Amino acid sequence: MTTAREEVLARIRAAGAARPVEVPPAPEPSPQPAPETVDLFAENVADYRAVVERLAESAVPQRISSALGQYGVTSVVVPDGLPSGWLTDAALRVLADERLTAYDLDAIDAVVTQAAVGIAETGTIVLDHTAGQGRRALSLVPDVHLCVIRADQVVGDVPAAVRQLRPAVETGRPLTWISGPSATSDIELNRVEGVHGPRHLHVLIVGDEA
Amino acid sequence: MTRVALFATCFNDAMWPGTPIATVTLLERLGVEVDFPAAQTCCGQMFTNTGYADEAIPRVRSFVEVFGGYDAVVAPSGSCTGSVREQYADLARRSGDAGLSRAVAEVAPKVYELSEYLVDVLGVTDVGASFPHRVTYHPTCHSLRMLHVGDRPLRLLREVRGIDLVELPAATECCGFGGTFAMKNADVSVAMGSDKVRHIRDTGAEIVVAGDNSCLAHIGGLLGRQRAGVRTMHLAEVLASTAEASA
Amino acid sequence: MSARHTGPVAATTPTFIGMPKFPALAREALGNTQQRRNLAFATQTIRGKRAAVVGEVGDWEALRLNGAAVKDEVLAHLDDYLIQLEDKLTAAGTTVHWARDAAEANRIVVELVRGKGVDEVVKVKSMATQEIELNEALEEAGIAAWETDLAELIVQLGNDRPSHILVPAIHRGRAEIRDIFRTRMAAAGRPAPETMTDEPAQLAEAARLHLREKFLRAKVGISGANFAIADTGTLVVLESEGNGRMCLTLPETLISVVGIEKVLPTWEDLGTFLQLLPRSSTGERMNPYTSIWTGPADGDGPQETHVVLVDNGRTHVLADPVGRQALRCIRCSACLNVCPVYERAGGHAYGSVYPGPIGAVLTPQLRGIDNPIDASLPYASSLCGACFEVCPVRIDIPRLLVNLRTQVVDAHRGRPSAEGLAMKSAAWMFAEPGRWASMQKGITASSKLLRGKRTLQHLPWPGSVWTDARNAPVPPRETFRQWWQRTHGESR
Ligand code: SF4
Repeated sequence: MTTAREEVLARIRAAGAARPVEVPPAPEPSPQPAPETVDLFAENVADYRAVVERLAESAVPQRISSALGQYGVTSVVVPDGLPSGWLTDAALRVLADERLTAYDLDAIDAVVTQAAVGIAETGTIVLDHTAGQGRRALSLVPDVHLCVIRADQVVGDVPAAVRQLRPAVETGRPLTWISGPSATSDIELNRVEGVHGPRHLHVLIVGDEA
Repeated sequence: MTRVALFATCFNDAMWPGTPIATVTLLERLGVEVDFPAAQTCCGQMFTNTGYADEAIPRVRSFVEVFGGYDAVVAPSGSCTGSVREQYADLARRSGDAGLSRAVAEVAPKVYELSEYLVDVLGVTDVGASFPHRVTYHPTCHSLRMLHVGDRPLRLLREVRGIDLVELPAATECCGFGGTFAMKNADVSVAMGSDKVRHIRDTGAEIVVAGDNSCLAHIGGLLGRQRAGVRTMHLAEVLASTAEASA
Repeated sequence: MSARHTGPVAATTPTFIGMPKFPALAREALGNTQQRRNLAFATQTIRGKRAAVVGEVGDWEALRLNGAAVKDEVLAHLDDYLIQLEDKLTAAGTTVHWARDAAEANRIVVELVRGKGVDEVVKVKSMATQEIELNEALEEAGIAAWETDLAELIVQLGNDRPSHILVPAIHRGRAEIRDIFRTRMAAAGRPAPETMTDEPAQLAEAARLHLREKFLRAKVGISGANFAIADTGTLVVLESEGNGRMCLTLPETLISVVGIEKVLPTWEDLGTFLQLLPRSSTGERMNPYTSIWTGPADGDGPQETHVVLVDNGRTHVLADPVGRQALRCIRCSACLNVCPVYERAGGHAYGSVYPGPIGAVLTPQLRGIDNPIDASLPYASSLCGACFEVCPVRIDIPRLLVNLRTQVVDAHRGRPSAEGLAMKSAAWMFAEPGRWASMQKGITASSKLLRGKRTLQHLPWPGSVWTDARNAPVPPRETFRQWWQRTHGESR
């Protein structure tokens, strides 16, 4: 008896589709980012209704605390590897990711993460879930996602980001691309923010104060 | 002197002779010598688009025989031009006759829709026409998306003296004719046509102009049923016109 | 060259068997004014959004050309790419299964779910699982399959069928959705809040609450994939709501059902497709969430991942040299949104989970043309070409429709039909210019009989199909050929 695998492969070979194909090159990725790249990034992130702030490194702890305050956050989960000292607000319940279940995460208000890459042309943040970013559930279940990204992590366009992320993929890292808060347009194509993912995305761009 | 073969198209020949007559009048006025090879009949589009490829292949054969000797062929129809330029290659391939494929590859690129011939080959946009009426232009799908005639017809119309050219809302939307689609899916066809006609009436134009009489028959049939008082006219007839203001 | 019956096709599933032909279904849909209004509004809106973000891209045409060619390359060497994909998936720790058809794919998934000892799964919106009717198979096995995309939820709770690839409940207005949530949510889990109105935000909130408990307790997730990358063994899912991330992240086991044509050769190819798809689909620069995974990740998300590679008629499509380009489709739904026929007939008239222009070419190729509904689909188009113009992978849908019409006619040759007869006599007449000229004498004679009439209002059948709503033109007194003869004399 032939297996499904053998049979499907045999059908493909019998289809007579084999031929040389000339693939015209994709448009080149944008060259090394210019200063405007970060402006465009900030603009496009905001365009998809995330809150964007630009600030100096030294201001990070204070801005994190005021941003979380803005959403009335009382508990926050922090991934391994997030710079210590970023969460200084004594009034906050800060939890490390110690075997938290999905139910535990559902009871936590917010998460603070870093990011791997930012994409200017689309206003996208990419997490590769290494240190400072946490496993995927962390930035998914809590309702507020505060993401800190360095200006020098922003690239111009999608192809540039894809190229840069190959090593992460080759080592088996999952990636999450985030462009604004969760949204749906399923009801009469009316855009509504906030369905299952975080309803608030707050992005701090560090090291390039505009 | 420039010489061109007229491909009248079978529908125009039998049902709308005013259009090829206008095409001849216009081209002769522009100093072109027009030839009408009498052996021509139909390009076969109706067969092709309904699925009757076997019936269409002899039309391909005859077309390349009749028109093979000319440097340029002009047709006052976007869809028949499209049928030759875009569909003949598939039909020739199906016939399995490599010679026919070669002949098609040679003849097809020399077939022009009227506005292409005027603008690209003759290099004119002012054809010396005069037409003192309020007119709106509907770009037919095959001229727009198959042949990519772009704004050539509008550039020609804008130069017509006395014309009051008004923009048609949602102009690029199909009128719903679609050949046998108008019969096989008459309900959807009429629903599409009704929207097209509403947009035409909204312009307040006296006349709706297009480059394909088949689409115009559908649009005109709906306008007539509604007693809309809007007439249909082929682009060639407007461009051939030298009517003065009293018309 | 006809590719008919050169290989196994997908079954026309019970849901769609015995369906009337497209024209009858379309006529019914045209009578539903609420649906027509919903559809017209929705498609117009999304057309505008798409045009705006496509316009932002410097060289959209270059992206399309690259995207189309990459897909063609995959199709030309599909066996090699699938083997490479299988190797890489396996190396990354994913178990790969192959399925010849829907029944086999369903059997594999049901067994995997049973093996986990659960009676429910959460699902990310996936065309492949809809196509194979996986939910029905799971249900039969006593397993509840919860759709988690908002529009899918509306369709599932409403016991309805999807009518659009991207927004399956596009035919429903907000008031209808409120009623469905009010009456049906309770039976499936957490009921809709008492105070819920028909405000989209409140409806979305009701869905969030209703589904959250399901996400949190789910042990098995089921997904499709937008792309499967051969050189890295990576799967990619694009979505908006976060339901996808929930299904792909929280369960312990993840089963992904993937059509064999979803392969991309290299990771870098995503650079093109992650531009083409969101802009064509939702009309956004980027969709809110894209999840990308390469096997199970240490301590993160499902620790057991499966991929089921499904043929179900795709190799039959591949065998048609013209029709195979339909397999480039990335299910963006741009062709639906611009289609004037879809806008008026609605998605249900297409008798398949693939509606609109792509459905009209894909369904008859996947399922064959033996059923009346499938044979009528290639004719459900005016060949206006708007679909080809927007398709991000340049599928020449009008050409494919004509190719399929030819197959339908070829399959019926030898059986007498009024249409076949009419075409035959027309072909005979056009074969000789002399015959055509004498035919024209008849035309002008009939004109004289009609004396002065300018249009015709009523013709007997089949002309009545035209004149029911449209006047018909009256033949001229002199044809062009006759005029030419009179004015320019004998031509060569
Ligand atoms: S055929 Fe093209 S436009 Fe239509 S859904 Fe597929 S990819 Fe999109």
